Parts: sequence; structure tokens; C-alpha cells
Amino acid sequence: MNATNRTVVVTGIGATTPLGGDATSTWEALLAGRSGVKPLEGERYEELPVRIAAPAAVDPAEVLPRPVARKLDRSAQFALIAAREAWSDAGFTGPAAEDDDSVGVCAERLGAVIASGIGGVTTLLDQYDVLKEKGVRRVSPHTVPMLMPNGPSANVGLEVNARAGVHTPVSACASGAEAIGYAVEMIRTGRADVVVAGGTEAAIHPLPIAAFANMMAMSKNNDDPEKASRPYDTARDGFVLGEGAGVVVLESAEHAARRGARVYCEVLGQGLSADSHHIAQPEPSGRGIATALRNLLESTDLKPNEVVHLNAHATSTPQGDVAEIKALRNVLGDDLDHIAISGTKSMTGHLLGGAGGVETVATVLALHHRTAPPTINVDSLDDDVDADIVRGEARPLPEGTIAAINNSFGFGGHNVVLAFRRD
Amino acid sequence: MAATQEEILEGLAEIVNEIAGIPTEDVEREKSFTDDLDVDSLSMVEVVVAAEERFDVKIPDDDVKNLKTVGDAVDYILKHQG
Repeated sequence: MNATNRTVVVTGIGATTPLGGDATSTWEALLAGRSGVKPLEGERYEELPVRIAAPAAVDPAEVLPRPVARKLDRSAQFALIAAREAWSDAGFTGPAAEDDDSVGVCAERLGAVIASGIGGVTTLLDQYDVLKEKGVRRVSPHTVPMLMPNGPSANVGLEVNARAGVHTPVSACASGAEAIGYAVEMIRTGRADVVVAGGTEAAIHPLPIAAFANMMAMSKNNDDPEKASRPYDTARDGFVLGEGAGVVVLESAEHAARRGARVYCEVLGQGLSADSHHIAQPEPSGRGIATALRNLLESTDLKPNEVVHLNAHATSTPQGDVAEIKALRNVLGDDLDHIAISGTKSMTGHLLGGAGGVETVATVLALHHRTAPPTINVDSLDDDVDADIVRGEARPLPEGTIAAINNSFGFGGHNVVLAFRRD
Repeated sequence: MAATQEEILEGLAEIVNEIAGIPTEDVEREKSFTDDLDVDSLSMVEVVVAAEERFDVKIPDDDVKNLKTVGDAVDYILKHQG
């Protein structure tokens, strides 16, 4: 097999989310249909029209030693925790070695691609408060490495000793998925044998919430937080902001086989496109999403009739949820009827740049356990949602060779679809 | 009232513990901030700012580079404190 056509597999997963501090607890909560959305307490949220969010179930500052945590933005803390879990889950016992592969991979053949949508926004805002209240001298010298959007990627790269390349694609809420797609290409084109990839976000703060709320993008269901994120339901009124990270270890199939690694599934590849329609509004017909799906089908050997599960972008906005379904019907036709669609943001909230990472972990686990997690809060399915939404309870997926798709779209019109398959 | 040499060492030990997580008893006069105490150039700025506040002293950036060891910092603060 030549270096531009290598098979890529998933060998490790990690997550820290509103539902749990690791991938296992997150998965169990997804299957149980639990909501991670809570009221935002405290004076600084009192004046906001939106006073709900899905905070991380486990505070990262309690997981990491204090000297480590204080030099990392919260988004980098999440990324580091999820990356450590994924790294260990993949069977690696320490950072990559310099010249040999005694650890299982050589540093020169290891990459890291971790994305976030906004970067270290809370660091930036908190340090601006320090500047105003305490003066120039008190602004932390760690501010720049903490706020730069490539901070999580760089810190994960340092953690595992990645020297093949450390990258940070930024495409708003598609960032995490784009990172995984980029990592797949690094392996496929022979730049790396192993890449730690995913997405992270930590933006629960009055300013981002005020800004998103003023775009009329967020749910204002402050009275019933657990019901606020309700993709496909007629009463949906916007997304709920979540935080956390999801990370996978991707590896060439050959490399994974050589070290006897456990393989969750194959990553078939990605389909990309741009709407070129509006800076923040989804294109209502789903034209750009359809293009991404077609690109996926043309660039991989994925057959539509193999696809049994799809983790939808489904943020719970009135327009976006329907545009996505239209695009799926347009491209997949009758094959859409046998695809169990899950909108896991109904439980996790929307992790922005972290979403593609967390939902890739969820998609990989859905294939691994042959179970599609539910979409909660679909009390009254929108008539325009002409698809098989997994409502209420988790659903078993068929035996045999099965494939799944993970969709992520971002402000700016970015569309990323990823496909996975297992025997 | 000006701090004694012992008080300055104790104060620096607490600052280094807070910033780098090094046990206070390991912060000794002959230890190098960079080589022994896991205080890189960015964290050194934090140590300096915390010391300035605690001991009412100004440590200009040009002088920071001369503070290699804990002892260097203790002596500097002892000499310059307000």
C-alpha cells in the first residue's frame, strides 16, 4: 500500500464532558439519556437572557496538579485530560521516544491536532479584568500561551512528545471534526504513523454567552434547563453552551497491527465543503452539507447502505437541524431510512470546537458497542425532519460490517463530515 | 518593618511552592530557579511580581536576569526592600 493511501484506525479514546470526566462515564450517561444542562449560578450571570449551560461534570482544575493547571487555559486543561486518557487507552505508557519506538511510536512519527473554536477566551477576559483592576504588572506572563488557540494542541504535543507536526484548524463549531480530518490526512499521506486528535472548548463566561444570545442562537429555556437542548423538537429555540474535550488516537492500520494495538474501528475519511452563504446563518436547503456528504462518498469506499448510524450536528436551532436532514435526504435518498440518527447535543449541550471531538468519541463507541445513543427531549418531532431519529432510548445497531457518520458544521459555513466503519 | 533574611527565604519558598509546586523545604539558598525548582522564564516573572508585592520592593526586568539562585533573590530583596 503506498504512503498516500494508508488505512487509518482509531486505537484510543478520551473525553471529559458535561456528562462525565472520562469517555466511559460520558458514554454511560449518553445511553441513559441524561442531560448535562444546569442553571448558571452567580451574580455575573444574573443579567443575562440565557442563564443555563452544560458545565464539565468534573472540574479539570481538580484533576490536574495546581502548578500544571495554573499555566493552562481551561480549554487546554480539558484537552490534556482527554488526551492523556486516549493515549493510555491506546496502550502507550509514556511520551514517544526520540529515536526508537520503545514506547510504541517514535517522536518523529507522532503528531497532535487539537482544535478549539474560540481558544483561551476566558483567559483573555480574566486577564483583562486583572489589567483594569490590578494594573499592568499583574497581567500573567502565561497569558499568551494560555489564550492562543493552538495552546491546547501545543500542550498535548508536549505531553506526548509529538514531533511530526502539531496543528490547530479553526472553523468554529466544525473545528474538532476538522482536526480529526487533518490528522487522518497526516497519516494517510505518510507524515505520521500516530496522531492524537480532537477538539476542546471552555467558553462558559458571561461575554460569550451574551454574544451568542444576542445572535439569537441560544435557548432561553432558563426555567427548565434539562429540556432546553431539544434537537428536532418543534419547541427548539437554540443551542445550549457546553464545555469539555474529546480526543482520539488515530494510527495507520499497519502501525497498529505491528504493535498489537486494540482497534475500535477504521476512519474512512472526510468530506469537506463551505456554504459561502452567510457568516453565521446555515444555508437553508443544506446545499453545502450535501456537497460535503457527496465528497465523502466520492473520496472513500463508503457505501450508503453500510451506514447504520449518524451522529448529527443537530444543535437545536430552528433552521440548522432541518437543513442538515434535508441534505442527508438529498444525498442518501432511501438509504437514510435505515440510518439511526442521534443528536447527542440534546444531552451534552453544544461544545463548539469541542463538539467534533466528543461526538467522534460517541460515534466510535456507538460502532464499538453497536448501540446508538438516544436524542432526548424530542416530545413533538418537527414535520420537516424526515428521518429516523433515535428518540427516548438507545437503540441496538446491526451485526456485521457497519459504518457511521459524524457531522459537524461551523459559523462561517464550514462543513465537515467524518466516516467510520467496523467489521 | 523590613523583612529579615529568614523571612524573605520563607516568603520566597511559599511563592515558589504556589507557582511551581515545589515543597517549601526544598527552596534553599543555593538552588537555581531554572535548574532545580522548575521555574521557567515565564514563571520567574510570576515569582518576581509576587515577591515585589510581598516585600514592597521593585525588581526591574534588567535585574531579574541576575537572580539565578534563591540566594541571589534573597540578597537582592534584603538590599532593596522599602
